[in-house]
Amino acid sequence: MSAADTKPGSRAIPSAGPDMKHLLDQDIVIAGDSAQGPTGAQAIEPTHSPRTPHKAGELPTAVLSAAGVDLQREVEQLLYRQAELLDAKQWQAWMDLFVDDGIYWMPARPEQTEWESSPSIFIEDKPMMEIRKGRVTHPNAWSQAPLWETNHLVSHVALEDVAKDRVVVRSRFHMMELRRDSIRHFGGRYRHTLRRGGDGQLKIALQRVDLFNAQAPFDYVIQIWV
Amino acid sequence: MMKDISMTDIDIAQCVEPDRVHKRVYTDQQIFDREMTRIFERVWVYCGHESQIPNKGDYVAVTIGRQPMIMVRSADRTIHVLHNRCAHRGVQLVGNLQGNTGDAFVCSYHAWSYHLDGKVRAIPLAKGYDGTRMDKSNPDCNMKHAARVDSYRGFVFASLVADGPTLLEFLGEAKVAFDDMCDRSPMGEVEIVPICHRVIQQSNWKFFMENQLDALHPSVTHQSTGIAAGRVERKLKEQKESVPLYYHYLSAFASSFEQWDSVQTINYPQGHGILKAYMGLRPQDKDTLEYEALLKQAHGEQKAEEYLSRSIHHVLVYPYLSVQSPLQQLRCLRPISPDKTLSEIWHFRLKGAPEAIYRRSLWYYNLVNSPATMINADDLENWTKGQWGLQSDGGDWVSFHRNHGDDRFDNGVAYSNHGTSEVVMRSQFAAWSRYMQGAAS
Repeated sequence: MSAADTKPGSRAIPSAGPDMKHLLDQDIVIAGDSAQGPTGAQAIEPTHSPRTPHKAGELPTAVLSAAGVDLQREVEQLLYRQAELLDAKQWQAWMDLFVDDGIYWMPARPEQTEWESSPSIFIEDKPMMEIRKGRVTHPNAWSQAPLWETNHLVSHVALEDVAKDRVVVRSRFHMMELRRDSIRHFGGRYRHTLRRGGDGQLKIALQRVDLFNAQAPFDYVIQIWV
Repeated sequence: MMKDISMTDIDIAQCVEPDRVHKRVYTDQQIFDREMTRIFERVWVYCGHESQIPNKGDYVAVTIGRQPMIMVRSADRTIHVLHNRCAHRGVQLVGNLQGNTGDAFVCSYHAWSYHLDGKVRAIPLAKGYDGTRMDKSNPDCNMKHAARVDSYRGFVFASLVADGPTLLEFLGEAKVAFDDMCDRSPMGEVEIVPICHRVIQQSNWKFFMENQLDALHPSVTHQSTGIAAGRVERKLKEQKESVPLYYHYLSAFASSFEQWDSVQTINYPQGHGILKAYMGLRPQDKDTLEYEALLKQAHGEQKAEEYLSRSIHHVLVYPYLSVQSPLQQLRCLRPISPDKTLSEIWHFRLKGAPEAIYRRSLWYYNLVNSPATMINADDLENWTKGQWGLQSDGGDWVSFHRNHGDDRFDNGVAYSNHGTSEVVMRSQFAAWSRYMQGAAS
């Protein structure tokens, strides 16, 4: 059903009664399409969950010696760049770090391996990133009025898997956020699947963010990517 | 009647006028304490869904008013709601939000243990109590029960007092929240998704309840998100035949004042309320058609059509629950102090419905109700600033004059003639005032 198919909105105020139907024709601008192609994590990176593919207590050894120092440094520079762009509120430049079909994903729980049928804190492709960017840069984004700064640290950068055009890398992050008069801390693990584009640059195909305090109560919410 | 310290019924009556309330109802610790004793620790409070505790010994910790409680499944399938407190020295018996306690609760301090119905099971070296008042036959040795436990379509509630209305009497017309959710399932049931987002608001709980049916605020408060989403939605529509429904979840918030004014709120004497719909969920795509066919098969053509045509945006169960039944979302308030409130945010699966239908409602949970919400971010900011404004001496009264005298009353139920009428708040405070002055329901 497209917008043109819906009946024009009725402005008539209904009479009292249990009738729930009369407003159905009003402002229904629905163009639903839930039959898209798969967008699950495995479609991009089959082993992206940090827990499930590995046995308990076991993490893949970093592959620095095989991959070489240059790649390690290149990946680190990308992660540092990402942190700096976020802290500088350079939202478009941050989005440009992603390939066109790139995904930023913060699952609700570390056990999750897909986002199609389980809840996420963030699950954003570029159009959704565009909305978030549009929101926080809108002059009437009221919650953006107070003083608001972040400071990201990224460390423990370990290359997990290196193929010709693809790198899987895990790291740790810590973000301090100053909002109005309070400081909050967010920490956790990143897991990036990077792809090398035609221009030779590494870009983010999938960024998984496991917030270690995701299960704690949130005092206020998170407004922008961590 | 129980009398609370230093707060008389006259004080309460002076705080609430038909068209305005005194700011202290949002800020005063004594009023908050009285809300706990007169409202939250008397009314039926939502504890959880039966599907959270499918097996014997499964429990969840839940707070009713100021009381830490445990909802647990016992061996005979009965659900009990018990105080989380050992009868011996008062230590809490479970220290987690959820889990399985096996056959018994065992205290971590001196190993008193309890059956799942709260009756004492064993006391170490029990002979030590011989000749005292605390032997096992004394009911003081048991965990204390909630006075009443009942459930409606799988949703479990408890009341800490023995008298007062039944659960169904308490819910009244607001029971449609649970009917609407369950009827949309081909099996007539929902199942909880076992993830709870918890968000703290630095404001009084009443801000949340008022906001839920406040149809004037979305196009102001959520303008930034609505406009940004509308822009992307339009761009995508130019590029492809159809765009996912979830863009509309966000863009709809920027509907015009006039559109919001033409929806209707229904406000019940218990403080409950319904905001009628603005959101259609029946796009004629493959998944929806398959789902509707299943529903018709299960309930018959006529019933299914009735269920699918219900046009509800929000149902409020006053004073603490906000249910978006067509998208199976539920938010439950647990007030902490006059200026601090915890909300627990859940969603549900329609049993027997195609996965695509769950995924569609999941987008609403992700985009609107997650801790990275692009909607509630601005609500929470408003309520924080609202709390601070009301704590100041800049004025004494909160105005609810909008469309006062314009609403239509029928058997005690207030129907707004304008969606933006502040009859929502007037109605909630009429109920609040009755509760606070000791009415039974």
